[in-house]
Amino acid sequence: MLDARTLQQLTDIVGADNIATGAQDLICYGYDATQMEFLPDAVVHPESAEQVSRILQLANKENVPVFPRGAGSGFTGGALPKGGGVVLVTTRMNRILRIDTDNLVAEVEPGVVTETFQMAVEKLGLFYPPDPASLKFSTLGGNVAECAGGPRAVKYGVTKDFVMGLEVVLPTGAIIRTGGETVKGVVGYDLTKLLCGSEGTLGIITKIIFKLLPYPDSKKTMLTVFDSIDGAARAVSTIIKNKIIPTTLEFMDHATLTCVERRFNLGMPESARAVLLIEVDGDRDLIEKQAGQIHKLIEPLGLVQFRVAKDAAESEELWRVRRLVSPSLRDVNPDKFNEDIVVPRSKVPDVIRRIEVIQKRYDIPIVNFGHAGDGNIHVNIMIDKSVPGQLEKAHEAIKEVFQAALDLGGTMSGEHGVGLAKQPYIPLELNADQITAMKAIKAALDPNNILNPGKMLP
Amino acid sequence: MTKKQTDPLERVAQEMKKCVKCGACRANCPAFGTFQREPATARGKVALAQHLVKGDITLDDGTYSAMSKCLLCGSCVDKCPNQVPTDEIVIAAREALAQRRGLTTFHKAVGQVIKNRKLMNFGALAAAVLGPVFFRKIPSTSGLRLRFPMPFLGGSRHVPQIAKKPFMKRHPEIIKGEPGKPTIVFFVGCMTNFVYTEIGEATLALFRHLGCTVIIPQGQQCCGLPGMSGGDLETVRELAEQNLAAIEKHEADYVMTACATCGGALHKLYPLVIGKRNPELKARLQAVADKTVDAAVLLQKLGLHPEETGTGQRMRVTYHDPCHHRTAGIAKQPRTLLTQTPGLELIEMDGADRCCGLGGTFNVYHYESSLDINAGKSKAIIDTGADAVVTGCPGCIMQLSDGLKQAGDKTRVLHTVELLARKIRR
Ligand SMILES: Cc1cc2nc3c(=O)[nH]c(=O)nc-3n(C[C@H](O)[C@H](O)[C@H](O)COP(=O)(O)OP(=O)(O)OC[C@H]3O[C@@H](n4cnc5c(N)ncnc54)[C@H](O)[C@@H]3O)c2cc1C
Ligand code: SF4
Ligand code: SF4
Repeated sequence: MLDARTLQQLTDIVGADNIATGAQDLICYGYDATQMEFLPDAVVHPESAEQVSRILQLANKENVPVFPRGAGSGFTGGALPKGGGVVLVTTRMNRILRIDTDNLVAEVEPGVVTETFQMAVEKLGLFYPPDPASLKFSTLGGNVAECAGGPRAVKYGVTKDFVMGLEVVLPTGAIIRTGGETVKGVVGYDLTKLLCGSEGTLGIITKIIFKLLPYPDSKKTMLTVFDSIDGAARAVSTIIKNKIIPTTLEFMDHATLTCVERRFNLGMPESARAVLLIEVDGDRDLIEKQAGQIHKLIEPLGLVQFRVAKDAAESEELWRVRRLVSPSLRDVNPDKFNEDIVVPRSKVPDVIRRIEVIQKRYDIPIVNFGHAGDGNIHVNIMIDKSVPGQLEKAHEAIKEVFQAALDLGGTMSGEHGVGLAKQPYIPLELNADQITAMKAIKAALDPNNILNPGKMLP
Repeated sequence: MTKKQTDPLERVAQEMKKCVKCGACRANCPAFGTFQREPATARGKVALAQHLVKGDITLDDGTYSAMSKCLLCGSCVDKCPNQVPTDEIVIAAREALAQRRGLTTFHKAVGQVIKNRKLMNFGALAAAVLGPVFFRKIPSTSGLRLRFPMPFLGGSRHVPQIAKKPFMKRHPEIIKGEPGKPTIVFFVGCMTNFVYTEIGEATLALFRHLGCTVIIPQGQQCCGLPGMSGGDLETVRELAEQNLAAIEKHEADYVMTACATCGGALHKLYPLVIGKRNPELKARLQAVADKTVDAAVLLQKLGLHPEETGTGQRMRVTYHDPCHHRTAGIAKQPRTLLTQTPGLELIEMDGADRCCGLGGTFNVYHYESSLDINAGKSKAIIDTGADAVVTGCPGCIMQLSDGLKQAGDKTRVLHTVELLARKIRR
């Protein structure tokens, strides 16, 4: 609990307009996309790194936990104030400070919404590729903290691949810069990479320097339907083996197609067992050629349908199939656990088969789709929490899904991070020495454990 | 029935469960856009409503205030992957709050505006100077009064002139057309009746041009939506019943409105909100809803040739989508009519389908925020360089005119039907 004096000091730092303690605010900053809820004692909206620094200094002195938060769209509860404390919201630090068209870099504050930034650079003919499905509402600070990825990761990589430097307020209140604006730089430890994906446990990001690319000339979208999941998976490796790196390789398994079809009646062929949505971008002539090559390469792999979009509108139509997945899942069961395991891309069929076995054993529907190009599969375990015993079953099934991914050389999370949701499973992936090393880093930077305590590491 | 079952929030409790708190609704919510705080988002309002149902937040001003920060524009519903009807939930929450604390205390939310000195100063002045003039001619049951529950008629706000003679007083109840042509009930709405009578005249002229019989039921009242946005569902129900009776008195092929808000009420909100509370009325409301159609949509359907009736002069226009059109999927039809009109050039603005900031009584309770939303809209309009902004809702027309005038801009604000009826109305 916050005492009145600490509250007053917080108010002095951010100003009365930027602090809230009313029940309404506490409720509305106590959830995120995990649907868990923990109430904070206060919510602050700092406007500068200096204010963030003073908040953290105060927090250390008074031993008050601080929880950084962007848009609260996280899937693992990283921004939730478990145990109470102060939620620090970055959305009032939302300026795009500059876009340097000479050096192709941009500097932004963490509260900028991802899509707002993308549109701003695109107006200048530039490109910021990371595209989490939450881009219309998540913040860049949250993206960096979670190292968010999206469908374009196959070709362009994830958020960390575009972060060149950061301004960070360390848990003790020191403001530091990491990295910089140069493509090369090897002085000292690479704190930039350490902070990307640190889930708000090692520092609060107050500025980000991003690398930009020229906006690709054009793109081509193809919807391909296969009669087996193996065919689709082999299509992925065949395309890449033949030195074509598509921008996007999204897949949907049979269960997913059934859901979408049942709800939206898209007229998929009877024999459809898996769908790959493929997109290539770049020079107009080149992508024409690549689209032709792709068709030829995947033809013998059990292809039952191949559609190429002629224009932007048709491309949007093909993407619609993918976008309809989420809304149609609810028809299976009202509650879902969305896990985002990753396996080496050639192992996608193996892991899907293992999941099928798990699904049969526990008798709960599991629907898979995701980014085949980088082996990132969204495993959706669909249950009805009101049915006794289902929740327990789901937890057991999740554990086995993680184990399956690890057995095949993969990881428990490619995008959503650990937060609270995956914390209990961490020892499945990391051994004691790894965890000790990580805890030592956390302890060195945050001796009083006030920044986002209780998250990520067990 | 127990009290709990009759609680308006109980009716939408199932719908609330659909919300997974993903945050997608942050993207398009104009209220969140201006307040920049989570309780103003759709997700926040659903969470608060859920806590209200559980009975674990006290009904203090904070809850009123949060629920009042919604324009009922429905863009969250359009974009929500789980189709959570936040607008309906907000209406239920407002009603519940009004019921539990009494309607007058609902105005405590208004009280927060009074606390704001800047608003209070010109608000009081405006009330004294403009109030009597503005309201003299308007009956107390009119939606216009509900829209401006006073005394916040802002001093800097540009208030439209009240017509010398209301539209409905100028015409007989039934205007006979050619035999064999459709019969249309015209639901006029307050803004058209009292302020923008030219919209009524243009609508009438167009349907007469097509040979239709037009019926203007004399018993029709305000659609009641401003009351809905204040949580006064009792008043809305009464008005809905009166309107229903007035419309049902006549045999007609269509019930037509030239106001997106009225259309939204007849077409969607009556059956949804009033119908849910009142099963006896439901079928009747639905029957009217099924016949309800927007003027532009009906004109296109009946085969209007804009080259015969349209403006005849060169003009660059941009089109603003009223929220109650967007949520009903009306976007193409008015644009098609405009582009078919010789001499008109349509230039799309940035965010044409974004709310103008009126939102029922929102612009009264939250005048500054409403201005803020409106300012973004004005900028988008001005940036197109168009001579006029065209839309299908008199409420939007008032808000857009206010915004543009405050920005010192001379872009004209017109209703689609006005442009389409130019030649036949001299
Ligand atoms: C519908 C939907 C689709 C999604 N799709 C994807 C996807 O395709 N790919 C993907 O990777 N993720 C996805 N996500 C997850 C989520 O959107 C991302 O993790 C996103 O990056 C979170 O951003 P946020 O601003 O909402 O952060 P929050 O949820 O507010 O916070 C996330 C974490 O970041 C920390 N944090 C936030 N800001 C800062 C800061 N300035 N400094 C330090 N720490 C900070 C928080 O403490 C927390 O641990 C999706 C989520 C939803 C709801
Ligand atoms: S209302 Fe819809 S979009 Fe908003 S958080 Fe809930 S489920 Fe997501
Ligand atoms: S109806 Fe409009 S203003 Fe209200 S919550 Fe939804 S998007 Fe926001």
